[in-house]
Amino acid sequence: MLRRLSAICVIMLLVLPTAPILAAAETKLPAEMEGRAKALFLQLRCVVCQNQSIGDSDADVAKDLREIVREQMLAGKTDGEIQSFLVARYGEFILLKPVFAWHTALLWVAPIVLLLIGALLAWRVMRKPVTVSNNEKLSQEDEAELEQILRQHDD
Amino acid sequence: MIVELGHLALVLAFALSVVQSIVPIWGSLSGDRRLMATADTSAMGILLFVTISFAALMWSYAVSDFSVANVWQNSHSQMPFLYKLTGTWGNHEGSMLLWVFILALFAAAVSWFGTALPPSLRANVQSVQAWLLATFLLFILLTSNPFERQPVALEGQDLNPILQDIGLAIHPPMLYLGYVGFSITFAFAIAALIEGEIDSAWARWVRPWTMIAWTFLTAGIAMGSYWAYYELGWGGWWFWDPVENASFLPWLSGTALLHSALVMEKRDALKIWTVLLAILTFSLSLLGTFLVRSGVLTSVHSFASDPTRGLFILAILCAFVGGALFLFVLRSSRLEAGGLFAPVSREGALVFNNLILSAAAATVLIGTLYPIVYEALTDAKISVGAPFFNLTFGLTMIPLLIAVPFGPLLAWKRGDLLAVSQRLMFALIIAILATVLTGAFLHGGQWLAPIGVGLAVWLMVGSFAEVVQRAGFRKATVRVAMRRMIGLPRSVWATAFAHFGIGVTLLGIVSVTAFETETISQLKPNQTVTVGEFTLQHDGYVNKTEGNYSERSARISITQGGELVAVGLPSKRFFPARQMPTSEASIHTFGFSQLYLALGDVEGDGSVTLRIWWKPLILLIWLGTVVMVIAGAISLSDRRLRIGAPALRKRRERRGKPAAQTSEVMPGA
Repeated sequence: MLRRLSAICVIMLLVLPTAPILAAAETKLPAEMEGRAKALFLQLRCVVCQNQSIGDSDADVAKDLREIVREQMLAGKTDGEIQSFLVARYGEFILLKPVFAWHTALLWVAPIVLLLIGALLAWRVMRKPVTVSNNEKLSQEDEAELEQILRQHDD
Repeated sequence: MIVELGHLALVLAFALSVVQSIVPIWGSLSGDRRLMATADTSAMGILLFVTISFAALMWSYAVSDFSVANVWQNSHSQMPFLYKLTGTWGNHEGSMLLWVFILALFAAAVSWFGTALPPSLRANVQSVQAWLLATFLLFILLTSNPFERQPVALEGQDLNPILQDIGLAIHPPMLYLGYVGFSITFAFAIAALIEGEIDSAWARWVRPWTMIAWTFLTAGIAMGSYWAYYELGWGGWWFWDPVENASFLPWLSGTALLHSALVMEKRDALKIWTVLLAILTFSLSLLGTFLVRSGVLTSVHSFASDPTRGLFILAILCAFVGGALFLFVLRSSRLEAGGLFAPVSREGALVFNNLILSAAAATVLIGTLYPIVYEALTDAKISVGAPFFNLTFGLTMIPLLIAVPFGPLLAWKRGDLLAVSQRLMFALIIAILATVLTGAFLHGGQWLAPIGVGLAVWLMVGSFAEVVQRAGFRKATVRVAMRRMIGLPRSVWATAFAHFGIGVTLLGIVSVTAFETETISQLKPNQTVTVGEFTLQHDGYVNKTEGNYSERSARISITQGGELVAVGLPSKRFFPARQMPTSEASIHTFGFSQLYLALGDVEGDGSVTLRIWWKPLILLIWLGTVVMVIAGAISLSDRRLRIGAPALRKRRERRGKPAAQTSEVMPGA
C-alpha cells in the first residue's frame, strides 16, 4: 500500500549524526568508469534502506558505499573483487542479486524445474490418445436445435 | 455513540455471517430450498451492517474524533478533508474494514446477479463467501478493532505523510476490489468441488467475475506504481518490493485464470487446472494480506503489527489455502476431463500462456519468500532484489511475449502455425524495422534495447492481426471490411486491446530502462545546469507553512531552445507531528516523456542538490495499463459475458450439454 519510500532511511537520516557529505562531494570518475560504477550501484543494497539500491538512495550509508565502490574502481579492482570486498564487510545481504551457491540453489533452480515439470505435464495431457468421449455426441435435443440453427443460417 | 453503533454493526455482521456459513449449504446438502434462499437475505444484512460500520469509522475520521484510538493514531485536525476521509483506510484496522466491506459487497453481488445460477451451486458459493466474511470479521473484532476508545486527545498523531495524497483515495480501494474480487472465483471453485460437478457453464459464470477482479487489480497496481513514482522522489516505478510482489502474484495467476477459463468455457477442457488456478489466485491474495500485516516483512508498505495478528492471519491463511487444496486433492478426480486438442491449437497456445505465467509467478513467489524463510532457518540474511527479478522474470516472460500475437489467430482443436505466421508477416516486418532503426539510432553498442523495442512493436502491431483477419481486409472491399470490423464481437476487440496494452507498457519499460539519464547537480540560486535539450535555472527558494506541514521549494525555470517551457517547484516537506520529512518531486511532461526533478538538502552556502532525470516514454508504462483496463471493460460489455445474461437460456436447455456452443454459431465466426 504505501509505496516504497524508505521510511527507515529517512529516520536514519534524522537520527544519525549528520555528516555534511553530499552528492557534489562524491568523487568524479572518468566517463567510461562512471557508467560501470552506476551499473554496479544498482546491484548493491543500501543496507539500512528498504530494498533500495545504493544507486537510488540518498542515505548517508549509500553515499559512503558509492565512495567505496568508486575508490576501488580507481584502484583498478574488478566488479567481482569489489563485490567480494563488500560481502566480506557487510555480508551477503548487500548483494541484491544473490550468488549462485548451495544455499541459494533452490532459489535459482526451482522456477526452471517447475517450468519443466509443468511443460512435461502439459505435453502428456495434450498427447493423450484420442478417444470419443460422451461429450462429443450430441443429444437428440441438441441435434434438433443444431439443425434448426443451420436452417436459419441458410436463409 | 456513532462509534459504538459501528462496533455493534460489526458484531451483528459477524453473527449473520456465521448463520450464512451454515444454513445455505445445509439447505443445499439436504435439498431444502427455503434454507438455501436465506442466503440472499443474510448477504444483504451483512452488507448493510458492514456498510454502517465502515461509515461510522469514516464519520469519526471526518470529524476528527480523537477519542477513538485509531483516529488519534492516524489523523490530524489540520489535514485537508479528503485526506481525513481516505485516512480511514490508511492504517491496519481501517484497511481491514475496507477489505471486509468489499468482501461483503462481492458476496451481495452474487445474490444480485446470480439469480440464474443453479440454486444449490449458488447456496454453496454464498456459504463459502460467508466463511470468509465470518473469519475476517472475527479477526477484526478480536485483534484489530478500529472502534476502540481512549481518553480524548487534543490533537491526532497525523497520517503518515506519504499517504497524504490523492493516491490513497484510489489505490487501496482499486487494489482491494481486485484482491477481494478473486474471492468470488475462489468461492465458485470450492462450491464446484463440493458439488463434485463442473461444466463449461461454470466457466461462463466465473469468467466475468475474474475479469472484474483482474481489471480492478490491474488499475490498482498501475495506480500504485504511478503513485510511488511521483511520491517517493527518486523516480523508480517498480521496485520488486515484497509487498508489490504480493499484489503482482494474484495478477499473474489471475491473468492465467482468465485464459484457462476461456478454454474451459469454449472447449470444456482444462477443468481441473482452472479450478486449481481459481484457488491459487485467491490464496495469493490472502498471502499478500498476510505478508503486509503479519510483521514477517519490514516493508514500508506493511502496517505496524503485533504477533497475535500475524498468527491469526497465518491461521486463516493455512485454514483456507490448506482446506481448499485438501478439498481439491480429494475431489478433483471427480471432475471429468473434457475436449481434446493438438499442441498447436488455440487451446495449446492458452496452455502455453498458463505455463509461462505460472512459472513467472513461481519465480516471483520463491524470490519473495526465500529471504524470509532463509533467515528464519539460518539466522543469516540475504537479499533478493530487482537485479534477480529483472533477470529471471524477464527471461521467463520473453517466450510468452513473442507468442502472444499467435494465440488468437490459431484455430481451436488444431491450428496451422504456418498459415498464422503468414498472417503475422506484416507485424514481423514492422517489428524488424523498429529493431533496426533503434539499433541505427544507437550506433550499435546496446543490443538489448533494439530487441526490446522490436518485441514491443511486434506485440502492438500483432495484437490487431485477428481484427484485421476477421474483418477480411484481404478479400473484401475496405468499406465492407470496416463494417465487419465494427461488428466484430467485443471480446475480439478486448483481446486485441489487452495485448496491445502489454506492448505499450513494454515499450515504456524498455525505453526508460535503456535511455533514461540522471544528472546530479549542486545549484546555488541563479546557477544553471543543462540536461539534454533543457536548461534549468535555480531562481531561488520559496518557503511556506500550510496545515500540518512546512515546505521549502526551489523555483527552477526550465528552458528549451531559449524558450521557457515550464517552471518546476521541487520541494521538501516537514511534518512536525510525525517528525518526518517527505520529498515532493516536480514532474514535467513532454509528450510521453517526463523530466523529473527531486530536491536534496539545502547546504550552508545556500546551494542545493538537484537530481534531474529524463525519463523517455515513461508514461507509456501506465498508458499501456490504462489500455488493458479499457480492454477489461470492453470484454465485460460483451453480450456473451454480460453477467447472468446467458444463464437464462442455459436453464431452459439444461441437461448438462454445453449450451455455450449455441451462441458460438454466428456469422463470421
